[in-house]
Amino acid sequence: MSDAFLTNLTFYVLSFCVIAGGIFVVSSRNLFHSAVFLVFTLFSVAGIFVMQHAYFLAAIQVLIYVGAVAMLMIFGVMLTTQLTNVRLRHVNEQAWPAFAVCLFFLGFLVYGLWDTPFKISQAAAPAEVTRAIGTLLMTEYVLPFEVVSVLLLVALIGAVVIAKKE
Amino acid sequence: MVSEFTAVAVFLLVGTGIVLFTFGLAKVIRPSAPHPVKLETYECGETPLGTAEIQYNVRFYIYALLFVIFDVEVVFLFPWALVYRSLGFFAFVEMLIFIAILVFGLFYAWKKGVLKWF
Amino acid sequence: MLELRGLIDAIWGLISGLLSGLGFSPNLISLIGYAIIAAVLFGVVALIVLFLVWWERKVSAHMQDRLGPMRVGWHGVIQTIADALKLLQKEDITPKAIDFPIHFWAPVITFVAAFMVYVTVPFGKGLIVSDLSVGILYIIAITTFTVIGLLMAGWGSNNKYSLLGGFRSAAQVISYEVPLTLALLGVIMIAQTLSLGAIVTQQDTIFKWYVWRQPLGFAIFWIAATAECNRTPFDLPEADSELVAGFVTEYSGMKFAMFFLAEFVNMFTASVIAVTLFFGGWMSPFGPDFGPSWLWFLGKTLFFVFVLMWFRWTYPRLRVDQLMGFAWKVLLPLAFLNILLTGIGIYIFD
Repeated sequence: MSDAFLTNLTFYVLSFCVIAGGIFVVSSRNLFHSAVFLVFTLFSVAGIFVMQHAYFLAAIQVLIYVGAVAMLMIFGVMLTTQLTNVRLRHVNEQAWPAFAVCLFFLGFLVYGLWDTPFKISQAAAPAEVTRAIGTLLMTEYVLPFEVVSVLLLVALIGAVVIAKKE
Repeated sequence: MVSEFTAVAVFLLVGTGIVLFTFGLAKVIRPSAPHPVKLETYECGETPLGTAEIQYNVRFYIYALLFVIFDVEVVFLFPWALVYRSLGFFAFVEMLIFIAILVFGLFYAWKKGVLKWF
Repeated sequence: MLELRGLIDAIWGLISGLLSGLGFSPNLISLIGYAIIAAVLFGVVALIVLFLVWWERKVSAHMQDRLGPMRVGWHGVIQTIADALKLLQKEDITPKAIDFPIHFWAPVITFVAAFMVYVTVPFGKGLIVSDLSVGILYIIAITTFTVIGLLMAGWGSNNKYSLLGGFRSAAQVISYEVPLTLALLGVIMIAQTLSLGAIVTQQDTIFKWYVWRQPLGFAIFWIAATAECNRTPFDLPEADSELVAGFVTEYSGMKFAMFFLAEFVNMFTASVIAVTLFFGGWMSPFGPDFGPSWLWFLGKTLFFVFVLMWFRWTYPRLRVDQLMGFAWKVLLPLAFLNILLTGIGIYIFD
């Protein structure tokens, strides 16, 4: 049970969870099941973040994606009724050409990613990750930070407008 | 390799395991006497009318939307709160602008009557 | 005297020595160690919750000028264990119309999420399982899983009352989650750290408790936490006269027990966070070395749980529109105000 073995095992298990969850999200016939599998997928992604020592990112992944976004989707699914027995009739006359195109893209992506030298930063990870993020947000990235608040405001106003139209 | 979150993973697995074990134990111990009446959905003792859907109520969705927006805002506030003391007054002003924009949004939602339950 | 850390270290020394003697690798030994701690902590939390259930019945009874459970054991102490055993062997009546996987996993998710908070709770001096560097953020993130479990329970039961109850509970929990998090931010601004162990260590003496520096923050946090736990005056989703039993209508036996226990675990978690962040955690009022730390911790948290129970029999229940209005129109602006004041205060006094 060496370090490398444990790291690899954890990574493969988490990746399997992410991919399997994703497949079940799109292939499930029951929309609510899809939403719950989405939660599972996002939680596994948070696990992968933890493996990369990005603890802050993992925590806010769970907080925002699972706690807010996925929950919003579940609300949406629950509020639009008659979902449990939706028989999604897949009209798939072009199934085989589609499959061929997907395989081609898969090969293309794998070929492209295989030989790409990803630049991994040699700088050591900061000891206090969250604090480093905070400093960066306040100094280098102030403008995107304020723009985000405007973006959120736009989203809020949009939500209010849609609500009033109902 | 043992990082801080190893305990979290172990807790997750052990917790789920113990809960499932308790369910299994209960399944072994408890009686099982299914009867058609018992298998009906509960509606205060009457036979259920209609399906289990409720009327579309947009206000639940609005609350969820508001929650998403303010949750994202809170997430931005966390790193700021950590470094607040070491940065200067400028950081405070930046965050003030950030919060002010969103409080304005909340006020707007309030005035538009979106926050009313009924 | 009575310091648990030394005892735990000794026992663990024996076990790990035995395991490494048997040839287990160090990683496996630490994993097994964590598993043992998880199981033990599960037992401890379960015991605390069992005690709390009995205590709730006793406190409620005495506040209503009656006696409560008296027969099973001395003054009914074993009552909860008897109830747990009863629930264990109750028939699991689930209607045909339920969505079985969702209905099954909802209580599991709710309880496990409630339990996983305790990884990073400092029970005493040196008694944290893992002092996460993102402690508070982790706790807040994990407690959002409770909402998912709630919604799954409401939907999976395929019952109008469960669905509506689930919706209302979820809406209530998420509405109060934002002010709760914002109130905690005030403490984080002062403490400059997210880790719970560090925050406790900073509150050496009673004068350094953060409640004195964050009274508004504590008030907001405590009210929001009461709402998060679905306790009176915010317990409309669970009130017996409303919506049957809310989202647990179609649950019986052990699954119902899991929801019920999860609620008490959440109550205890709320008290734990209040004590750790605002009242010095396991620190005695005179410093870290004055008596057994876990005893101080337990005493303080049980006091706050008592306050929660006290609320239940003091305040009338809020109507659902008052509930939601209060969260968005009162608590949220107050929480922002608290952050503003804290920011100004830190700037002035530093």
